Amino acid sequence: MKARIIKAGRARGRALVSAMALSFLGGIDPETGTVIARDSDIAGESIAGRILVFPRGKGSTVGSYILLRLKKNGVAPLAIVNELSEPIVAVGAIIADIPMVDKVDISQIATGDEVSIDGENIEVRTDVKGA
Amino acid sequence: MMELTPDEQATYDGERGPVQQKAMEILVALGKIYGARSLVPVTSVQIAGVSYKNLGMPGKEFIRWWVDQGARVRRLATLNPAGIDRNRWKELGFPEEFSTHQKEIIDDYAMLGIEPTCTCTPYEIGNLPKFGDHIAWSESSAVSFANTYIGARTNREGGPSALAAAIVGKTPCHGYHLDEQRAPGVGYDVTATISSEADAGALGIVAGRDAGSRVPFFSGLPPFETGWYKQLGAAMAAAGSVALYHVDGQTPEARAKTVGPPDETRPVESLEPAYELLNSGGERIDFVSLGCPHASLEEIHRIAEMLRGRNVSVPLWITTSVATAAQADEYGYAAVIEGAGARVVCDTCMVVSPIETFGYETVATNSAKGCYYLQSWCGVETRYGDVRSCIEAACTGRWPQ
Repeated sequence: MKARIIKAGRARGRALVSAMALSFLGGIDPETGTVIARDSDIAGESIAGRILVFPRGKGSTVGSYILLRLKKNGVAPLAIVNELSEPIVAVGAIIADIPMVDKVDISQIATGDEVSIDGENIEVRTDVKGA
Repeated sequence: MMELTPDEQATYDGERGPVQQKAMEILVALGKIYGARSLVPVTSVQIAGVSYKNLGMPGKEFIRWWVDQGARVRRLATLNPAGIDRNRWKELGFPEEFSTHQKEIIDDYAMLGIEPTCTCTPYEIGNLPKFGDHIAWSESSAVSFANTYIGARTNREGGPSALAAAIVGKTPCHGYHLDEQRAPGVGYDVTATISSEADAGALGIVAGRDAGSRVPFFSGLPPFETGWYKQLGAAMAAAGSVALYHVDGQTPEARAKTVGPPDETRPVESLEPAYELLNSGGERIDFVSLGCPHASLEEIHRIAEMLRGRNVSVPLWITTSVATAAQADEYGYAAVIEGAGARVVCDTCMVVSPIETFGYETVATNSAKGCYYLQSWCGVETRYGDVRSCIEAACTGRWPQ
């Protein structure tokens, strides 16, 4: 798949996919990387070391700063994939040096898939054992 | 798709160092998101994201990150209000830990070369763009004033995007930077009487709730005082997300006839719904706040004349910038105000200070924007009226009938 680059970079890892808009402020514990938004479809999961896939960001602009904190605490996602990105997560990803792309049909990615991102190119492998 | 000049591309690719690259990455990403085709140079920047109440530790760390990288701004940039009065926080009762964090944030911004003005009315104290200038401002009431009253061009920037614009000296060219986006989307024919700053603010609540993010065009308004624009714009930015409006025959683009009334015009016959909403509190007043947006020297002079020879019975704060307060001090207005027991408070305002920790139930103010946020963010009830009503409330402790 081809994507649009928001923050250029490379990453490879297992996907964690949510079908819901995500607020980093109040939605993710900045110390552990755990999803604490109770109404989220990935509540209780850890975003640390995953390719985090969700439609778009939402919520307070403080969310940008939460991404920087996650990075400092070593619990940031490896990369972020959005359907359509918005400024809060985009700015956070840039500041925290987290590769990020958007304009992706995220229905093509499932939790556990192995996703490789290299600039605007995304590769998804679903036949991965141990997913 | 964003078209970058060779120089911009080199910056994006890191050839001008990591700070310039990071700031450029932010501008380019936002340009893509908003569909900008290019960047445009800016002459002035105004940066929000100062109050520790809103930033918290994560935001404080974000600003420190730029300091640690050795970032410096390339354009005149001023700061939005903070959560405290830097000099009098202790006397005024601001919490100590909050104040310590807040002072460090302001110092960090100053390290980046940003003027630590701490004001939402930078145009009163030297950050004054010209008609047609492209600028990158964040504070919503200042954005509205610059677009509307001056005819400068800015979107409503976030804190990080304004900071990136100051570091690079450019901003993505979209939205209100473009002629076609400055055209009115909804008209209001005002037959309700507007005779004070409070009426202007009430009109802002009525129009802002209806307009959403469209550009309003007002007709039927009397000759508008400068302070009325501040209240009307601030209220529309709070009740809606209006960042630009035109007043028939009065604002620069309407006078130049580069914009005219839109097809759809709605009547505004009464401001009562706004007054009802903004007067949520009872008769007893605990605190009176003037200076949202920050008071001008003229406003402070008028307040001083109304307070001369009187004494307040509940706290009255007039919030403004250090620069304006210094003038008010020099001309003797501050002495009159402080002599009446009121306070000229600098750097902060009721919207960004931790006012909910002060334990007030009902606050009186002449700011519709202030009422809006006091009710929704701070859980405080409000009384709303013109400056004279607010001063009566401060002297008697009761809202005048």
